[in-house]
Amino acid sequence: MSGGRRASWSFLTGAVLVSLFAIAALVSVIWTPHDVSGMNISARMKAPGGDYLLGTDHFGRDMLSMIMAGAQTSLAVAIIAVGIGMAAGVPLGLAAAANRGWLDELIMRANDLAFAFPALVIAILITAVFGPSAVNAIIAIGIFNIPVFARLTRGAALSLWTREFILAARVAGKGAVRISAEHILPNIANLLIVQGTIQFSLGVLAEAGLSYVGLGAQPPTPSWGRMLADSQTLVGLAPHLALVPGMAIILSVLGLNLLGDGLRDMLDPKLRVVRT
Amino acid sequence: MTRGFFACSAVTLFFSVPALASKLTIAVQLEPPHLDPTSAAAGAIDDVTYANIFESLTRFAEDGTIVPSLAESWDVSEDGLTYRFNLREGVTFHDGTSMDAEDVKFSLDRARGDDSTNAQKGLFAGIAAVNVIDPRTVEVTLSETDGNFLFNMAWGDAAIVAPESIDTIKTNPVGTGAFKFSEWVQGDRVELVRNEDYWGEPAALEAATFRFISDPTAAFSAMMAGDLDAFAAFPAPENLIQFEADERYKVLIGSTEGETVLSTNNKKPPLDDIRVRQAIAHAINRQEIIDGAQFGYGTPIGTHFAPHNPAYLDLTGNSPHDPEKARALLAEAGHGDGLTLSLKLPPPSYARRGGEIIAAQLREVGIDTEITNLEWAQWLEEVFRSKDYDLSIVAHTEPMDIGIYANPDYYFQYDNPRLQEVMSTLRGTTDPDRRRDLLQQAQTIVSEDYVNGFLFQQPRLTVAKKGVQGLWANAPTQAVDLTGVSWSD
Amino acid sequence: MLRFLAQRVGSLIGSLLVASLVIFLVIEVVPGDPAAVMLGVNARPDTIAALRAELGLDGSAVSRYLSWVAGMLQGDFGVSYTYRTPVAEMIADRLWVSVPLALYALCLTVAIAIPAGLLAASRRGRMGDYGVIGVTQIGIAVPNFWFAMILILIFAINLRWFSAGGFPGWDEGIGAGLRALTLPAIALALPQAAILTRVMRSALVDVLGEDFMRTARAKGLSQSAAIWRHGLRNGLIPVLTIIGLQFAFLLAGGIIIEQVFALPGLGRLIFQAISQRDLIVVESVVMLLVFAVILTNFLVDLAYAVVDPRLRKHP
Repeated sequence: MSGGRRASWSFLTGAVLVSLFAIAALVSVIWTPHDVSGMNISARMKAPGGDYLLGTDHFGRDMLSMIMAGAQTSLAVAIIAVGIGMAAGVPLGLAAAANRGWLDELIMRANDLAFAFPALVIAILITAVFGPSAVNAIIAIGIFNIPVFARLTRGAALSLWTREFILAARVAGKGAVRISAEHILPNIANLLIVQGTIQFSLGVLAEAGLSYVGLGAQPPTPSWGRMLADSQTLVGLAPHLALVPGMAIILSVLGLNLLGDGLRDMLDPKLRVVRT
Repeated sequence: MTRGFFACSAVTLFFSVPALASKLTIAVQLEPPHLDPTSAAAGAIDDVTYANIFESLTRFAEDGTIVPSLAESWDVSEDGLTYRFNLREGVTFHDGTSMDAEDVKFSLDRARGDDSTNAQKGLFAGIAAVNVIDPRTVEVTLSETDGNFLFNMAWGDAAIVAPESIDTIKTNPVGTGAFKFSEWVQGDRVELVRNEDYWGEPAALEAATFRFISDPTAAFSAMMAGDLDAFAAFPAPENLIQFEADERYKVLIGSTEGETVLSTNNKKPPLDDIRVRQAIAHAINRQEIIDGAQFGYGTPIGTHFAPHNPAYLDLTGNSPHDPEKARALLAEAGHGDGLTLSLKLPPPSYARRGGEIIAAQLREVGIDTEITNLEWAQWLEEVFRSKDYDLSIVAHTEPMDIGIYANPDYYFQYDNPRLQEVMSTLRGTTDPDRRRDLLQQAQTIVSEDYVNGFLFQQPRLTVAKKGVQGLWANAPTQAVDLTGVSWSD
Repeated sequence: MLRFLAQRVGSLIGSLLVASLVIFLVIEVVPGDPAAVMLGVNARPDTIAALRAELGLDGSAVSRYLSWVAGMLQGDFGVSYTYRTPVAEMIADRLWVSVPLALYALCLTVAIAIPAGLLAASRRGRMGDYGVIGVTQIGIAVPNFWFAMILILIFAINLRWFSAGGFPGWDEGIGAGLRALTLPAIALALPQAAILTRVMRSALVDVLGEDFMRTARAKGLSQSAAIWRHGLRNGLIPVLTIIGLQFAFLLAGGIIIEQVFALPGLGRLIFQAISQRDLIVVESVVMLLVFAVILTNFLVDLAYAVVDPRLRKHP
């Protein structure tokens, strides 16, 4: 995926889609077309159109309002989870690269191990211990972001440590911590931003998956994954119940991925991004 | 490679095996953990085994009455303390050994013993001694009169088992019923075959397969695809309309013993205030819950009692939907500016959907709820055992279980000496009219105390192919009795 | 090489030990008593205590951990609390569904991704490339459980070509078994195929830039012939790595899909076991999944070291 013309195309499409959902999420804080949790059993499972642009769900709630409020849940969970991953993973990766000894070995082995655990099963166990909630979904997703950032940071930092300007800084008497913060971090920032966008999109998918199996935000807080789970037995009667939240997930993830690819091409086409 | 796969699948599409007239494939939602009805609470065990594989001294008929089973008849002493059961002649277990008084003594002693793992050990608590008189007569002595004793002996948990086969009962159940256990493919199905040596009327079906399909969508399409002949206790009421419109199928709507209630923690402030509980009762719109959570299937109840029971009183008039009154009661109780309660919901869809609807209804009168969806294990731990909850929604499916209100340690934490007295009088009463009167008193007390939010009676929804006859529409106990099922043509 | 091997085996064993400890500790703190779950709401406390003793739940945590690990080393995973059958047997039964499902999905993934990746790389910068890239972007964004619901809606409920769930067992014939696994395998394969296509494409694009490819082109081979003769083999190493990892992922990743299609596989076993607090089953299945991934990584590392001796110096 290189070449300036395509890069800007995917960046633009991604940016438009992502801002659309971000705006929907922000607006839903103060306004939605209908009351998000207002039920109207007699008007349930109405097809899209008329008073209800995207139809109503099995309780007669407005789907558009729920999608808007659900965007808020999805984006918030994913963004905080990425934040956790970066806040813990980047320092670990920097430390591993700077130390190169037993600390490096320990961090990388722990990383490999974390990659080996089936994420969903661990998430299920976490919620079995602490109960299902949006916060626990964030923790579960965040934990699995840590090794991604640690590994990426370590790899990029390692190659920087051999460069001359770092050598110069060492000669000047700067310690490993200062060098990491002042010279290494700024040089890998682009990489982190791009990977962050990808992890963001994976976070949205993961949040949907967790709330689909009932482990995410609890009702009445709307969530796209739970809307899908609720629609499971009703798709035959009213397909829009599954199509609407499904499209919301697909479009937001697609937008984030396109944005990430576009950013990468603009910032540095040679960047390697990990996708798991 | 893929082409090969697709070709294969395409070929198999056209081989759907037609159901043989003397075989039946019936699905239930949950797979039993094992097949011993006397050592676990899982109703799924009784679905497969009750009346089909295992029999008890007495049994439930489809209308809920108690009729003879392995005991042909019985005599009760004047004081009501001694029951002499006359066992049927010529009854053998599936392994060929005979069923006699020793087996009855073994089964009852095992259920009430110190190391018993019987989930309903309380059923046997009143037994003081079990004595073998002769191979066909067994005498049970009670420590006090118990008007429910014959009823208790009809439960699946009171099944008569044999000492010879007890060690492997969980994976290879050996009973006296009209069907023998044949095979269990875990995660998928249990197969039964007809017991040719059955003591009573032999089953019309040569073989029966129980399949376990927990996912409602899979249940729907398996039924629609014709893979199943019937589905007992169909889990998705929203799909019944499609079966009713399809001439290949029929839908049976019966009653169950499942009173669905908004369980309330009666000791925990502010719910210890009857005005708050009454306010909740008036905030609830039962019809909306039945429509929204059950797609219209369910009978509203106003107390903890099954509407099909002759002793039932319709007390829904005690708690009509009246948000104004609810708000007034809350204000009177000092909660005019709002109130937040926890609402902990177990997995079934009636609870999850019903919970969301009730949360919306309570919000309208100024009560906010914090919903937590729990698995059964967590529900048992947090709500049932630790009583760490304000509200919950559960269907209480045990037959005739209004007695739970007389137990102040039960998770409702409802402590009313007047009700406790009524229930203890009931236990010592055998006269039918008097019993009925006591039961109605008890219904009135729990209704007027607004112990719980009384919502609706769970319906029993069964979907079957048109030709299947003899399936129970009602579920007086957890059972899928196939002994009377046949195909018409 | 021997030293390298010893080092890797050492770290493999270390990882497995740490993993077993982590799993055991997590499961220790899960609230909920398996005995109480089995006996339900009318059980008396003494009955629950009797069952706990029968299940061996009254021992100390340390002794239970040690006996679990010692058992596993001998291939004995203990006895399920709820089903009362050996866990190893249950897992083996379920593997007969989960492994074929993962393999089926992997075959579909490869069958889609290799041609699609080739097409995109050989048409690089042209319509075919953009088309493939666009489809993979969407493929990556589709949640597989949603895709599964849509497949059921179309092919099971409306067209009735496949049943929407359940598994007849291999006794009913390979055809019937594969038919039951077809929709789940497609649902699992699509997002994976999208990822693999992208890996395939970029690996080939990298290879195309190498000198020997230019030489091949200079010899007069067409672009696609050059890819076929030389590019594919050289581009295959990263692709094989991803395939290896995908298999391990598919084994565990089928959990939700097995749930949607009611397939009696490992995923459903683990869901059921968690909700019934059949913790000994949960422990063993998680351990097995972790083992599968660690082993795959180990084999991939070894394969790399064989291919490229430079890697033996520093992992």
